Amino acid sequence: MTLDPITLSVIQAGLQQVCDEMDLAFSRAAFSPVIAEANDRSDGIYDAADGALIAQGAGGLPVFVGTMQYSTRTLLSMIENGDVAAPCQGDIYIVNDPYLGGTHLMDVRFARPYWRNGEIFCWLSNTGHWPDTGGAVPGGFSASATAVEQEGLRLPPVRLFKGGEMDPEIYAIICSNIRVADQRIGDVRAQAAALDLGADRLDLLLDRYGDDTVRHAITELRRRAAEQMRSFVARVPEGRHESVAWIDSDGVVDEPLAVRLAITRDGPDLHFDFTGSSAPCRGPMNSVRATTLSSVYLAMRHIFPEVPISAGAFEPLVVSGLEGTFLDAQYPRPVSGCAAEVSQRIAEAVFAALVPVLPDRVTAAPAGTSGNFALGGHDPARGRDFVMYQLSGGGYGGHAEGDGLANGCSTIGISKAPPVEIMEQAFPVLYHRYALHEGSGGAGRYRGGFGLDYEVELRRGNATASFVMDHGRFGPQGALGGHDGAPNQVTVWHGDTPFTPPHLSKAQDIPLAPGDRVHVRTPGGGGYGDPLTRDPKAVANDVRLGRYERDAARRLFGVVLLPDGEVDEEATRLARAHA
Amino acid sequence: MRMTRPDHGQMAGIDVGGTFTDLVQLDPATGEVKLAKVPSTLDNQAFGVMGALEAAGSDLGALDLIVHGTTTTTNAVLERKLSRTGLITTAGFRDVLELGRRTRPQAYGMTGQFTPIIPRDLRLEVAERMDADGNVLVPLDEDGIARAAKVLVDAGCVSVVVHFLHAYANPAHERRAGEILRGLWPNDHITLGHAILSEAREFERGVTAAVNASVQPILARYISRLTGELERGGYRGDVLVMNGNGGMVSAQTVADEAAKTVMSGPASGVMAAAFTGRAAGLPDLITYDMGGTSTDVAMVRNAEPAVSNEIEIEYAMPIHVPMVDVRTVGAGGGSIARVTEAGLLQVGPESAGADPGPICYGRGGRDPTISDANLLLGRLDPEKLAVRGGVSLAEIETVFDERLARPLGVSVTDAAEAVIRMANTTMAGAIRMVSLSLGADPRDFALFAFGGAGPLHAVALARELGIPRVLIPARPGVTNAIGCAVADLRHDFVTTVNRPIDMLDPGELDDIFDAQTVQGERMIARERIAATGIRHVHSVDMQFVGQTHLLRVELDHPNPSPAELQSLFETAYFRRFRVRLDRIRANLVNVNTSVIGSRPPLDLARLIDPAGRKATIDAARTGTRDLRIDGTTREVAVYWRDHLPLDAMIEGPAIVEQMDTTLLLGVDDVARGDAQGNLVITVAEGMAP
Repeated sequence: MTLDPITLSVIQAGLQQVCDEMDLAFSRAAFSPVIAEANDRSDGIYDAADGALIAQGAGGLPVFVGTMQYSTRTLLSMIENGDVAAPCQGDIYIVNDPYLGGTHLMDVRFARPYWRNGEIFCWLSNTGHWPDTGGAVPGGFSASATAVEQEGLRLPPVRLFKGGEMDPEIYAIICSNIRVADQRIGDVRAQAAALDLGADRLDLLLDRYGDDTVRHAITELRRRAAEQMRSFVARVPEGRHESVAWIDSDGVVDEPLAVRLAITRDGPDLHFDFTGSSAPCRGPMNSVRATTLSSVYLAMRHIFPEVPISAGAFEPLVVSGLEGTFLDAQYPRPVSGCAAEVSQRIAEAVFAALVPVLPDRVTAAPAGTSGNFALGGHDPARGRDFVMYQLSGGGYGGHAEGDGLANGCSTIGISKAPPVEIMEQAFPVLYHRYALHEGSGGAGRYRGGFGLDYEVELRRGNATASFVMDHGRFGPQGALGGHDGAPNQVTVWHGDTPFTPPHLSKAQDIPLAPGDRVHVRTPGGGGYGDPLTRDPKAVANDVRLGRYERDAARRLFGVVLLPDGEVDEEATRLARAHA
Repeated sequence: MRMTRPDHGQMAGIDVGGTFTDLVQLDPATGEVKLAKVPSTLDNQAFGVMGALEAAGSDLGALDLIVHGTTTTTNAVLERKLSRTGLITTAGFRDVLELGRRTRPQAYGMTGQFTPIIPRDLRLEVAERMDADGNVLVPLDEDGIARAAKVLVDAGCVSVVVHFLHAYANPAHERRAGEILRGLWPNDHITLGHAILSEAREFERGVTAAVNASVQPILARYISRLTGELERGGYRGDVLVMNGNGGMVSAQTVADEAAKTVMSGPASGVMAAAFTGRAAGLPDLITYDMGGTSTDVAMVRNAEPAVSNEIEIEYAMPIHVPMVDVRTVGAGGGSIARVTEAGLLQVGPESAGADPGPICYGRGGRDPTISDANLLLGRLDPEKLAVRGGVSLAEIETVFDERLARPLGVSVTDAAEAVIRMANTTMAGAIRMVSLSLGADPRDFALFAFGGAGPLHAVALARELGIPRVLIPARPGVTNAIGCAVADLRHDFVTTVNRPIDMLDPGELDDIFDAQTVQGERMIARERIAATGIRHVHSVDMQFVGQTHLLRVELDHPNPSPAELQSLFETAYFRRFRVRLDRIRANLVNVNTSVIGSRPPLDLARLIDPAGRKATIDAARTGTRDLRIDGTTREVAVYWRDHLPLDAMIEGPAIVEQMDTTLLLGVDDVARGDAQGNLVITVAEGMAP
């Protein structure tokens, strides 16, 4: 059967629509604010034979772009080997094991077969970030865990729903092992209902176009997505493009971890070789294979957003050299940092390797950390315990069309940060400042965006502060002669005494008394191009707006300003000539 | 003693759109209706308004009321042509407007720009601080306010916004700062954040207030020019201005809350839809206004437009005041079709816009668009092409051949039809997402199509969406002006309670509704325009405890018991999500009342001159045209809308043309005229495979 391109286009739009509707249904009905507000979830359709990604919702969290096909693939092979019970009508599997095609334990995957005439036509699956899955610390981000058991409850694939009904015994086990269990039923129902909705919508699509037509279209769309990605891959010059991106430390052993990447274009494929990257680490800054692959894919999608999310688009991207590195961690290595931090450093390595050869498409490095600060304690005024999360953005890298964005979301996320007023309503804290991290944007022809500078005080009771961030030692990389962005700075003030954590932006359980303050300055983005070629008026404007100190104009950009703040053109010309 | 004007005078609804200024004038004594459409004058919209009055032959001295929809503030915000505005805010927080909520414009692509609405050097800080409960932690530095005012005035600011943290909980500092400023500031344009929006979330409240302050002088200047022009023309009546909530307020006070006018343009069209739907017995509508670059979609339930107070008019530009919830989907007549690197056809999101626009506009456009495809397929009249810069069909065919037909391996006609099919698929998908996100299944609604391009695609879209009926009003091209003519006086109130329903005090809800109702009725009584009747719409926004999203539950009486609330909410929740959660308590977040003063009804049937209608549809037939439909070319009848008998019945395929739009009926679709002059189309079932 050959399908005309118009039918193919329409079926592609139809499959995409099914996934987008699943995304919407999941978010709107979910309880966890991480899912409902931050859209930390994703929904997709997967091949019945090999679990390959057929289509995925456009509003899904980028880090899940490539993970769910591995979890579905793993599930299928476990069923085939008899390690997991085969599905019947109405069954839905639950799994959160990171080593079985996942991310961290908090990302809980549901998978259900889509039945058609008594056979499995394809699989529907979604991932949602649960606020807690047990473990040493509320929320699961332990900066000092050394084994996955400390990070939370690990579920192998089991059928949580059997014949359309939830298994109360499995659910009881889950609830006994997680915090705030009473509200999780809302997320479980929402997650399952989204898959059921996807099945209904697929019924309509197949009824309309016919099973065979859709089946052929899926095969053909996969082939064409690969072709489309190859047409973009062809823009990368042949040869070897190398980069290194650094993680400060694993939170336990104070040594940097290296993501070493060599990208080689070899004919129609692009090879990503991570040989020489650091060995698996003791702390939670390990990545699992699925997350590592997904990070490569999401970085490429940031560069080429035109390519639809499908297994075909990933085919020309060949990843190797992961064995024995911290990017392919095995049980029982702790992995809570993989989705939020390591993934972003992998993306940074991809950007850094490709920006010299695709300068119109790729940006200098973005802040590349999720800025995870957790404050847990007891509020005597309300007589209850609390856990507060402050996730924060940072500056984006400069790029061929302009300066980087200020306070952008992490590379792998798309979520909003909570307002200060809501934080102060909910928790016994007071913010003294929520401001631009002045001077943090890396200098360049197009400078990096600015990070965030906030300072928050504990008002009453007692609490402990934990940080799982990165880029505290090394700022986000500049590109093409641009400077690095400013690194992350975390300072804890015990009264008038400052304390800088040994791992800089990673620390666990620092005790705070009322009046103690946490001061965080998140990274600025890397600069793009030689700062001495930046438009002097743009430099003067940044100084006038207080984004840089006056002396930075001269020091970083070779621009001399007159007393009124205007550019001294002649002096600037001389300064730049002698720089 | 308040003065009420007699209500038997003549009135005109005048709406200024991006391209045209439309007018509908009514004489209640004679039932006469006048219509006019003239080019908009965007530098000073007042000239277009005067032009429309002149074109309609209006006697300004005999007019009693003008209801006006303007895009003055919309354009100012979108083009960032704003008044120089300063911000005075809590020490430590001047960058809130620039930092936003740590997002980015698109999920993929690490580029993108954001320009804060007030530049950093005009954002000044003063010492003051409230906590979340409204307790004063740092007293207001009153000298600091005076110093900041001087800096801002010296910097040339003509308006100022005061935005303090937690002012929604305790506005004392903002009020005091306002008093001080009023003594020092040389004009009227002082906005206090809490006065526009009294809700937590400093970025959203701050942007809303900053937008208000930044457009206030612009709107005030425009209104004074307009009323000046009208007075010079001999007008002695009142001017009311449309707000984004679909209600109207007097010209004297509209600038006080100028932010509320920013989305008024799309709102008036939805008001007209609600009015028309009520009269036609189709009170549940999805409205669909297809323009050149985008399409506006909104929902009307039980003849009331869905209203939201969380609208973002572009990336990181939230305006959180109650507004008709109009969503924009990125496809319009100018959407560009292209063949991707994968050899697939894609329509949009790139658009040729209004300039150069589609190839057929003759302004130099060279990209194939939806409008061009409509023309090639005979869906638009090629004869009319001659008036548009002399582009020939052959030139358009050449572009379609090179850019689409050859890469796809099909004929030019097939390529054009594929563009329409893909465009309808894309738009239908977007409309489905809008309706689902508003909690509605499109199949339960009728599609109300208006705007120049709307009726051309409406029936096919309805088929795609499973919508059984399409309503085409008498004058799709002047729907917004009709919205002005039929708009109500309207005030919306939101009170935040945010407590589980079993912790509400008995009678608490009733008291809130009562206070909201009293305040609204008082405000309506203050207007110089009489309402023929007042109605109240009560609703509550609820969620399960622990959830963040809200679901609106309409109430038919203002004092439901907790059990009743829980049950209403669970039912609404199940209908929406197919999930029953009977062991989790419900939270009542907001209590809402809209107080609506109705205006005398407009006789819609008069929008098409009854004298011009013919006795039979054959008499209204103007000829035939070759039309490409479902893969074959057929000769189909063309009718002139104004000549159709009121009770016309037309079986598709057919084309119905009128001054400013074209309606396309597919095979087996049936259009019937109703007593209000609408065409109601029963959509044939079955979709093209």
